[in-house]
Amino acid sequence: MIERLAYLWPEIALFIATCVVMVMGLSRTYATRKATATIAALGTFSAAVLSFLTTPDGGEIEAVSGQLYLASMVPYAKTLIGAVATLLLLTMAGTVDRAEEADIAKGVRSFDPLRSNRAEFYAFFLFSITGLMLCADADDLIWLFLALELTSLPTYIMVAMSTARNRGREAGVKYFFLGAMGAAVFLYGFALIYGAVGSTNLNEIAVAFATGGISSLGMLGVLLSILGICFKIAAVPMHFYTPDVYEGAAPQVSGFLAFVPKTAGFLSILLICGAVGWNYVIPPDGVSPLATVMPSAEGTQLPEVLRLTLWVIAALTMTVGNVLALLQTSVKRMLAYSSIAHSGYMLVGVIVGPGIAADSFSGNGVAAVLFYLLSYGVMNAGVFAVLAALERAPGRDGEPREIETISDLKGLCRSHPMLGWPMVICCLSLLGLPPLLGFFGKLPLFTAAIRAGEIPLVLVLGVNSAIAACYYLKLAFAPLTEVADDADGDPIVAAPFRTRAAAAVISAACVIGLALGGNLLMQGARSAASYTEADAIKSRVPQANAAPVDRNVAAH
Amino acid sequence: MILFSLILIPLLFAALLALAPAAQARSLAFLGMLTSSAAAVLAMLRFDWNNGAVFANEKTFPWLGELGIQLSVGADSVSMLMIALTALLGPICVVASRTAVTERHRTFFGWLLVLQAAMYGVFIARDLILFYICFEFTLVPMFVLINVFGSTNRKHASVKFFLYTFTGSVIALAGLVYVAKFNAELPVSATRESLAAMMQAGGTPAPGPGVWTFDIETLGRAARRMSSTEQAWVLLALMVGFAVKVPLFPVHTWLPLAHTEAPTAGSVILAGVLLKLGTYGIFRFAIPFVPAAFAEYAPLIAQLCIVGILYGGLICWVQTDVKKLVAYSSVAHLGFCVLGLAATNATGLSGSILYMINHGLSTGALFLCIGMVYERYHTRSMKELGGLAAKMPVWSTFMIFFTMASVGLPGLNGFVSEFMCLLAAFQASSAWGSSTTMVEGAMDAGLWGSAGASTVGATHGGLGPWYAAIAGIGMIVAAMYLLLMVGRVVWGPLVEPHGHGGHGGHGGHGGHGGHGHDAHGAAAGDHHDDHADAHGPLPADLTAREIGVLAPLAILCVVLGVYPKPLLATLEGPVNQTVQLIDSARSMGLQLEAPAHTTSPAQGGAPTQGLAQ
Repeated sequence: MIERLAYLWPEIALFIATCVVMVMGLSRTYATRKATATIAALGTFSAAVLSFLTTPDGGEIEAVSGQLYLASMVPYAKTLIGAVATLLLLTMAGTVDRAEEADIAKGVRSFDPLRSNRAEFYAFFLFSITGLMLCADADDLIWLFLALELTSLPTYIMVAMSTARNRGREAGVKYFFLGAMGAAVFLYGFALIYGAVGSTNLNEIAVAFATGGISSLGMLGVLLSILGICFKIAAVPMHFYTPDVYEGAAPQVSGFLAFVPKTAGFLSILLICGAVGWNYVIPPDGVSPLATVMPSAEGTQLPEVLRLTLWVIAALTMTVGNVLALLQTSVKRMLAYSSIAHSGYMLVGVIVGPGIAADSFSGNGVAAVLFYLLSYGVMNAGVFAVLAALERAPGRDGEPREIETISDLKGLCRSHPMLGWPMVICCLSLLGLPPLLGFFGKLPLFTAAIRAGEIPLVLVLGVNSAIAACYYLKLAFAPLTEVADDADGDPIVAAPFRTRAAAAVISAACVIGLALGGNLLMQGARSAASYTEADAIKSRVPQANAAPVDRNVAAH
Repeated sequence: MILFSLILIPLLFAALLALAPAAQARSLAFLGMLTSSAAAVLAMLRFDWNNGAVFANEKTFPWLGELGIQLSVGADSVSMLMIALTALLGPICVVASRTAVTERHRTFFGWLLVLQAAMYGVFIARDLILFYICFEFTLVPMFVLINVFGSTNRKHASVKFFLYTFTGSVIALAGLVYVAKFNAELPVSATRESLAAMMQAGGTPAPGPGVWTFDIETLGRAARRMSSTEQAWVLLALMVGFAVKVPLFPVHTWLPLAHTEAPTAGSVILAGVLLKLGTYGIFRFAIPFVPAAFAEYAPLIAQLCIVGILYGGLICWVQTDVKKLVAYSSVAHLGFCVLGLAATNATGLSGSILYMINHGLSTGALFLCIGMVYERYHTRSMKELGGLAAKMPVWSTFMIFFTMASVGLPGLNGFVSEFMCLLAAFQASSAWGSSTTMVEGAMDAGLWGSAGASTVGATHGGLGPWYAAIAGIGMIVAAMYLLLMVGRVVWGPLVEPHGHGGHGGHGGHGGHGGHGHDAHGAAAGDHHDDHADAHGPLPADLTAREIGVLAPLAILCVVLGVYPKPLLATLEGPVNQTVQLIDSARSMGLQLEAPAHTTSPAQGGAPTQGLAQ
């Protein structure tokens, strides 16, 4: 256990930062309170650096954690989480307590620790990131469940407290109840897996699946787990909350929601699918896909029933997300639906798995998912940062309002070039236009799926990219080509938080820069996605190959 | 390096322009265009025109090796000619936009430079993804040019343009990636293996079979080893992408709209170069990658071309908007161009490539001419314009000249290429030898949509005299509508829009724009035109600048019409190479894969017999 701690340094750093932030936020001095954001940023940044530096590479992780497959995913995932979290934190400045602090500064009111939320907000942010990193570490279903809940619980509160309006609270409540239902579903799935295998340890589950096949009970458990986790990644059929919650929350928190729970969900799905293994063959005719499935050395895909489920979920998620996004006029609702669609794209990578050509980036679906998570995190942070950095000037009611429709973005490149151009660049990147990062995120999904022979899925992906172009085009070119019509309402101004604009600019720079110099990151993703299940299990369990022989013969 | 500079120089100037004051934008853009054109000329001077098939100035830098993507450039004579066309039209567009663009100079000229860079990139790319990136990236500048600087219906036009092309090219990408996948699954050849191992130490493995790469050369070689079914699917994917860009019937509907709404410079670039990306793509990828499938489905493609030629021509006939007329004539003209490619013989391919150049010159010039009239009268309607020869003799001369070039008057450039394409279609018939079955042969190819009710197997990839004959009708139609247009606009009684009429008799004075616009606010479009007079009045006839814009194009039209031989000579190399690929694929197909032909969708899926001759 003590070795285990050694590679939890990033989480430990985050936890220390959390504690410091919580205490400092109660200080009477404004400067100290203000420093909480900096401390939080230091926490996430140092967590990213620690993940990069202190996590041992594949073999050693295995030694300390007992993690068998996808072991090298941990440092890559945690580094990317830390980096994107730092970016997201930049957008969070002034989310809560803005009016409060203004009043205190004016001397209207004195500081009251009971009324201040700032420290809690940053603490919840950090807790959520800690949970996300723990998801990557998970080697046990209990651990995974706790990590997922640690990721999600703070987000419910963040949504509710992010705006002073009732909409935020409504969104928070909706998110909480549906989230609880999702959690119940995957917890039930975990329980069924435990019932089928007799262990909650993912490695033992993997070995049991590899040696004894997957029973119907086990498969049901896996399917339910994935269905429940679909809530986290906002995939059909658990996507209904997404537009309402994104719309209700402050834009920066919506941006947070689009990355953090989604990443947690994808890491969990990868871990669970990894335990099942991507080394199955299509079952021969006459065998129910629900019956016991055995892995084979030659196979390169998930068990048929799981593959089919994910296939349907992926296709539906892409299509539903994109088609409904077409109909939106509210920017946040549109981005919410598009974030559903992006989950669908990434599911393609999950279906493909490490693929036949696991050692190459172009054929490895897991690597493609990991790289896409990074690209999506960056582009998404950029778009939401721009939304967060803009607001309608306070009208008669004296409170600034967030911008809502696409027409609010018109002419942004002229009025606020430092916000308008990042918007254009990030949206074009989300659209998947070359040579921006989004294109190079989508290309590996494309290549991996084609190499795995999933041609129909690739066509669905391609058609969906085209549909996505319709609405991203509106979003991308409203700032650039349209002229602002100031007729209605109060003028759009930049929010008085420089870090939000900075986050937008940094994201846009990354969208271009990482596309041009992305080879190193792709290398990282590729080695992170090296899937070692087969070897590890074979070496540990000598009889692993003995059982499935008959079925192999039948399969061929 | 010289080829890389073609991409970098315009981008650099675009960046400079973004930082410079708006007043400098035009001169900076012109400087940027001239510099990049100079680089293009330099590249052309260093090119060995006698060995057209050899890719010169090749240079490769590692880029995203993990995905098999390299920054790899090179140019053969086809690329070189397209670069020359781009380098010619770029500066012309800047000069031509001097008075037409009156606001947001930085936006206009900046994106024009970016567009120029992307177009160069398409023609020099030797890596599929680099090609694709540039191919796709042309959409953004063009979108902005149409969306911001276009006329009334510009929003709709630009969105339609973007979505059509984007959708098509995503599907084309799937086809191209499939080829890469096929290549990666090939066994690594022994020599390659050692080479790959050697290169692995340095970073990326050398492109070759069995290696994941997007190197065009390698993929082309691999793709030709695909089975005929695979080839057919890849061809379908590629054609979806390129046919939208060309555009072929029935995916042409974005073009007239985009052309009509685009600003003059946009139309010129669109007609002059962007449409050629489609035909260039067919020549560079569709044919060499999947020659067997292309030869097999050439009749189908040719039929689409012929429908486009006739349909485009007939629509032109009833147009009253001059610009729309020229736009639809592009559909017809590009039909000829692809018909030449579908003929799959040397005459057709050379004619088609020549056609790309010639169409760029003559149609580009026609759009320039129309833009010049539009700047003066703010209308393009033939009902409101007529007899301009009386007012604008110089303009009328150019207009008639370029119309003649476009019609295909012998002695001018259009004739040579159009004739070659028709001749090629005529020649490209294996049924020609057994002339008794000629008619049935053409029918067998499904000319009238008949599915597979065939007796003769004379149509494996060949077209026939019927194709040429029907396409020839298109030529006549083209003459009719273009001459009708010129007849109305140039000759006849002088007709000017209201507001001009009062001054018309005096001639030789300026200030038409303002009056015309006031009287015709609705017809003339939106507020962008309000500023058309900011630069002071334009004289009735062309200024020296405008003559300077048109004159080089006119000279080239004559030169290429009278003496196209050097171009044809240098095209011989790449064209012959491609024809060889088709021929060998065709003979292989006949020997090995005769059954595949019998069930091909081109023949309606119905089994036919007697394919083996």
